[in-house]
Amino acid sequence: MSSRQFAYLSNYAIYSAMFVYTVAFFSHAVEVAFSVRHAEDSTKFDFARTDKAGRIGTAMMILGQIFLTSGVLLRGLSAHRAPWGNMYEFSITGAMAFSGAYLFALIKYKLRWLGLPVSIAVLLTLGTAVAVLYRPSAPLVPALKSTWLIIHVSAAIVSGGVFLLANSIAATYLILDHIESRGERNAWAKKLPSLEYLDQLSYRLVAFVFPLWTFAVIAGAIWAESAWGRYWGWDPKETWAFITWIAYAAYLHARVTVGWRGRRAAWLCLFAGSTFLFNYVYVNIWGTGRHTYSGL
Amino acid sequence: MKEKNIEAPLGGFALFRWLWRQLTSMRTALLLLMLLGLGSIPGSLFPQRTQNPMKVRDYLASHGSVGVWLDRLRFFDVYSSPWFSAIYLLLFISLIGCVLPRTLEHLKAIGKAPPLTPRNLDRMEGYEILSAGDLDKAQAWLRKKRFRIRRDENSISAEKGYSRETGNLLFHLSLILILVAVGVGSLFGSKGEAIVNVGERFINTPTSYDSLAFGKFQSDQSMQSFSLRVTDFSAKYDPATNAPQDYTLTVAAARPIGSSEKKVVIKVNSPLTYGNTKIYLQANGYSPVVTVRDKSGNITFHGPVTFLPQDANLTSIGAIKVPDMTPQIGFVGSFIPTYDRNSRRGAFSTFPEVLDPRLLLSVWKGNLGLDTGIPQSVYRLDTSKMTKIALKQLSLGETLNFGEGSITFDGWRSWVNLQIVDDPGKLYALTGAIFAIFGLLLSLFTRQRRIWVKRSNQVEIAGLAKNSAPGLIEELAQLKNWMEDEL
Repeated sequence: MSSRQFAYLSNYAIYSAMFVYTVAFFSHAVEVAFSVRHAEDSTKFDFARTDKAGRIGTAMMILGQIFLTSGVLLRGLSAHRAPWGNMYEFSITGAMAFSGAYLFALIKYKLRWLGLPVSIAVLLTLGTAVAVLYRPSAPLVPALKSTWLIIHVSAAIVSGGVFLLANSIAATYLILDHIESRGERNAWAKKLPSLEYLDQLSYRLVAFVFPLWTFAVIAGAIWAESAWGRYWGWDPKETWAFITWIAYAAYLHARVTVGWRGRRAAWLCLFAGSTFLFNYVYVNIWGTGRHTYSGL
Repeated sequence: MKEKNIEAPLGGFALFRWLWRQLTSMRTALLLLMLLGLGSIPGSLFPQRTQNPMKVRDYLASHGSVGVWLDRLRFFDVYSSPWFSAIYLLLFISLIGCVLPRTLEHLKAIGKAPPLTPRNLDRMEGYEILSAGDLDKAQAWLRKKRFRIRRDENSISAEKGYSRETGNLLFHLSLILILVAVGVGSLFGSKGEAIVNVGERFINTPTSYDSLAFGKFQSDQSMQSFSLRVTDFSAKYDPATNAPQDYTLTVAAARPIGSSEKKVVIKVNSPLTYGNTKIYLQANGYSPVVTVRDKSGNITFHGPVTFLPQDANLTSIGAIKVPDMTPQIGFVGSFIPTYDRNSRRGAFSTFPEVLDPRLLLSVWKGNLGLDTGIPQSVYRLDTSKMTKIALKQLSLGETLNFGEGSITFDGWRSWVNLQIVDDPGKLYALTGAIFAIFGLLLSLFTRQRRIWVKRSNQVEIAGLAKNSAPGLIEELAQLKNWMEDEL
């Protein structure tokens, strides 16, 4: 097959993934929205009746992941390189990492309820990528031609996916915390785990991925040394990667040594995650520096 | 590590000790870390002299007194500003003061028994009263699981996961090593750039550089002896998108200067390495080759003149100065590698390779201003004491006669911008980075926990996991099964 055919196939895979994620989104929404009161005892809820919608949602998330992953792989095949050359490609890979992190965490933790925000986020990311950021598939500029592209960018993207997942959980924590401070949880919120569980989970995710983020920054430094002549040059992207690193380091210290839990820790987690997003959006689109390539 | 004494004591040594304790408290270290992050933000929002001096100049020109004040606060040289260095140094001292005592403490604790069993176990995690239990049996189990054990007559206190602190300290010591490496690099390193035309030779001496900066403890004495003759440079571009695909620079290198030359290829991601010195291919462009003659036909200037690229298609501008003519002659030129023109943009380049070149020249006569003593840009003509006498667009081989003489567009050569960096701290930084990751993994994935077994008129077990690490309850259940198992 030619490069162009691969590129077309990749686009179709992305469109299919968007359709499937939409179905996943509606299934999760149905599960959350229609909590049925128990037939005999109206003070209790009968979750079994919406359970099916939730399971369809998970199945769709997996199918969407397959389409999305094929889309990313085909994009790489069409350009004969790792598909990380411009912002369209970063976005589809980032969405893949985010929903992948969700599915991966789903194996171990009871996280199905998170499918709703994850599917929305993936849909929005893919939508923006297709509508605004799309660029035809093309070879890399010389500065990107290095094995470090695969090492550095994949580490950064996976870290990003997990950071965002931890962020979603911290945000859920804050919302539920707000609800609980006013009284009992609403019907839909009763299905969600306890505050303590959410608090621990977002910490575990960050503690798990912080070394990987550290590695991503170091791999970037090693690459920068061979491509640009210095391992650290306070390029805006580097600066913000460093700020993200510091924010998460502060979060870990706050939890481990100072003993922060709950609301304060969740806010700090959200702050740290937002520095990551800021880095992605601001530096790539409005920023200057050496991390801006090929238009976007 | 907690310092409750907020009141500063008077007197020399006491005050010093108080300040030292404040500085080396964990709280201060964290605060300084946050400050370092906060302090680096302006550097990403405002243009920086080290990265883009032109943009700084434009910003200052268009922002008036705001710009002047920002400049006084060193917002355009954030990372070398006194306030940023202050945060950096304080953090460095604070880290050392925080980590070294803990390291000593940790080393002293090697092989020491865990602390005594607490009196009331029922406040701990997973507390349970067992139906049966033998302390020796529990000890055997804990030993098999490689716990550190303190055996008293009627109790066992066991602890596991000391490598959590080992990893933690390793990580922070590595950070100190990285900070040292950055310091070594900036004090003992050097960094310079030089533009070299294809066919020319670069000799590694200070005068060959267009710009060169030494660290505080470094001078030109320490420069490596080598020379590079640029024999070939090739750039490939995508015909559809005009995006660059490959740059290959071939040089004949002699090290030391005067020794026999060896052919070396330098690419964007593979610099040439001589010890701590690396030579990078950073940028490229075109130097049009021209011949200038005076009225009587004598050659007054001949050779390539470096022009600076202005866009992705390498439309380049520059200046040609001929001081040896009377009156002095200067040319403001733009070189267009692949020519096209429209009414909106005038003449412009449609492709970065030289396919259909043009040289656009405006000719000036008068005083070039070279003897004023004020340094001048070689890419710009100071036309304040000159008058324009001609304007022409030249194709390859064409000659413009401007009355005072003539100029011929003979051809072009590629030039490359070599960046030559000497950073003796680099290897330390890399070592620090590798150890930092190992330390981090060790400290984040080691579960540190204590388990107690106590015998009075009943047998009790309980535990405590640091930072509520998972798995303790399961572990205690296993111990319980083992102890209650009659065999």
